Amino acid sequence: MTDEVLLEARGLTKSFGEFVAVDGIDVLVRRGEAFGFLGPNGAGKSSTMRMVGCVSPVTGGRLRILGLDPAVDGAAIRARLGVCPQQDMLDEDLSVEENLWVYGRFFGLSRREVRARTDELLEFAQLTDRRHDRVEPLSGGMKRRLTIARALVNNPEVLLLDEPTTGLDPQARHVLWDRLYRLKREGVTLIITTHYMDEAEQLCDRLVVMDHGRIVAEGSPRELIEAYSTREVVELRFEDEQQERHLGSVEALAERVEALPDRLLVYTADGDDTLAALHGRGVRPLSALVRRSTLEDVFLHLTGRSLVD
Amino acid sequence: MRADATQTAPPSGRLQPGPRPAMRLGERVRAATGHHLRVYRRTWRGSVISRFLSPLFFLAAMGLGLGALVDAGSGGVGQQSYLQFVVPGIVAYQAALLGFGDATYPVLGYIKWNRMYAATLATPLGVTDILLGHLSVLAANLAVATAIFVGVSALFGAFASWWVLLAVPVGLLTGLAFAVPTFAISATIETDNVFGILYRFVLTPVLLFSGTFFPLEQLPGWLRPMAWLTPLGHGVVLTRDAALGRWPGPVALVHLLVIVVVIAVGWVLAHRQLTRRLLS
Repeated sequence: MTDEVLLEARGLTKSFGEFVAVDGIDVLVRRGEAFGFLGPNGAGKSSTMRMVGCVSPVTGGRLRILGLDPAVDGAAIRARLGVCPQQDMLDEDLSVEENLWVYGRFFGLSRREVRARTDELLEFAQLTDRRHDRVEPLSGGMKRRLTIARALVNNPEVLLLDEPTTGLDPQARHVLWDRLYRLKREGVTLIITTHYMDEAEQLCDRLVVMDHGRIVAEGSPRELIEAYSTREVVELRFEDEQQERHLGSVEALAERVEALPDRLLVYTADGDDTLAALHGRGVRPLSALVRRSTLEDVFLHLTGRSLVD
Repeated sequence: MRADATQTAPPSGRLQPGPRPAMRLGERVRAATGHHLRVYRRTWRGSVISRFLSPLFFLAAMGLGLGALVDAGSGGVGQQSYLQFVVPGIVAYQAALLGFGDATYPVLGYIKWNRMYAATLATPLGVTDILLGHLSVLAANLAVATAIFVGVSALFGAFASWWVLLAVPVGLLTGLAFAVPTFAISATIETDNVFGILYRFVLTPVLLFSGTFFPLEQLPGWLRPMAWLTPLGHGVVLTRDAALGRWPGPVALVHLLVIVVVIAVGWVLAHRQLTRRLLS
């Protein structure tokens, strides 16, 4: 990572009529970083990404990408970006390789360059043996990999990934994460939006938590967990009606308790100790699970709501 | 310079880190056109067959069927046989229909279904490039279809003059006068139901009352202006004059101007609607 700032936003705002989608956010992303926007649906992540991708004019504030102003140099910026949108947006009537070929030409690559890039990217996306197949019948994971490969056709300096693994099965997600690590190692700057905390933890060096168009916290996944949560969490489930009765005794023994409709989340430095102390007080849950804090807990603490609803 | 050096295109410089050479308008439009040609490559066989068959159907029905009746009953239209009267009109009519059709489902598809236009705008290409790329392939398709229609009909003696070759550019322009405004509509609507409504309540009356199948003088006076409200009426008159090798005077330029104005207004609307839809 260098100190070169690739993305700079100051008081960045986006409104659609009365509705404020992005409400004055400040963001700095440096070359080589993997930076994440974490938040629930409707938090303003995609609106932010569309402004960064130079396909949505800024309503207010300052935005610079690669040192350039998207209102003036949109095409010059887009020539150096790769964009993997939330929906695949492939031409499903064309073959896998035709999709790459067509897109490479959109960036003004010569035929020869497109051919060479196509071979490399099919290898990268593990689609070499499907290169002549039409896109339409491919699996969701394959289409996603093709979309990412297509976003890389111009050898971008910054890759924007909007919800890259939403809708994929666990195995396909891991294959995709593996490809993204590889890009990161090669020095590509990644800017990712996600509402999956495990994805943010896996991929991001640094992230901001967004809610209602604002940034509510910023840091590395570890820093955020240290700042806004405890080391461990005990999840307690009770028989019907019992949860409320025990809430008082549980709260007395924990740093913080979140009461969800179906369970209590007990925040504490040492889960096993807390669990033993609860047993000592006669609290008998149906089940008890001790786990590490995650970004989900950070989000719950910051907003009082879950990421995935 | 060595021979091999001239054969190898220089690298574009657009894969390097840092600022990259901007694409010129011609390059951008060629790239957009390249996409549509790829798609067309998979479907052209079917469409070419239908291009040859459609004039044959019309010639059989109008020339042999209806034409025989009209010629026997009233001795043709004016000095002409009904075949020679009606085929130039149908040339303009099929161009209008094709222009409309090509700007409906395919355009809505790229905007809403596979969303390739949104993907295109993430590259250095812009709305103008998308429009020029798509419309130039659409225009080529119109020109080829009209040329085939004229060529096949000529074999059956449907035209009196070689000037009928002018029907190809006139057909192209008439088709665009339907395609470009329809593009604007496709860039606005959410569902394809609208296309059915447009076809039944706009296209069909336009096609019937534009002087395609019978002279406008047959209509009551108050209905005649219908023909001049849409570009098809103007296209039909121009095509018919070309087929006769007759110069109708400066009024031809007025007909042409109406068609060009419709295309220009359609362009402005299509550009605005596509921008609103995809770059908001």
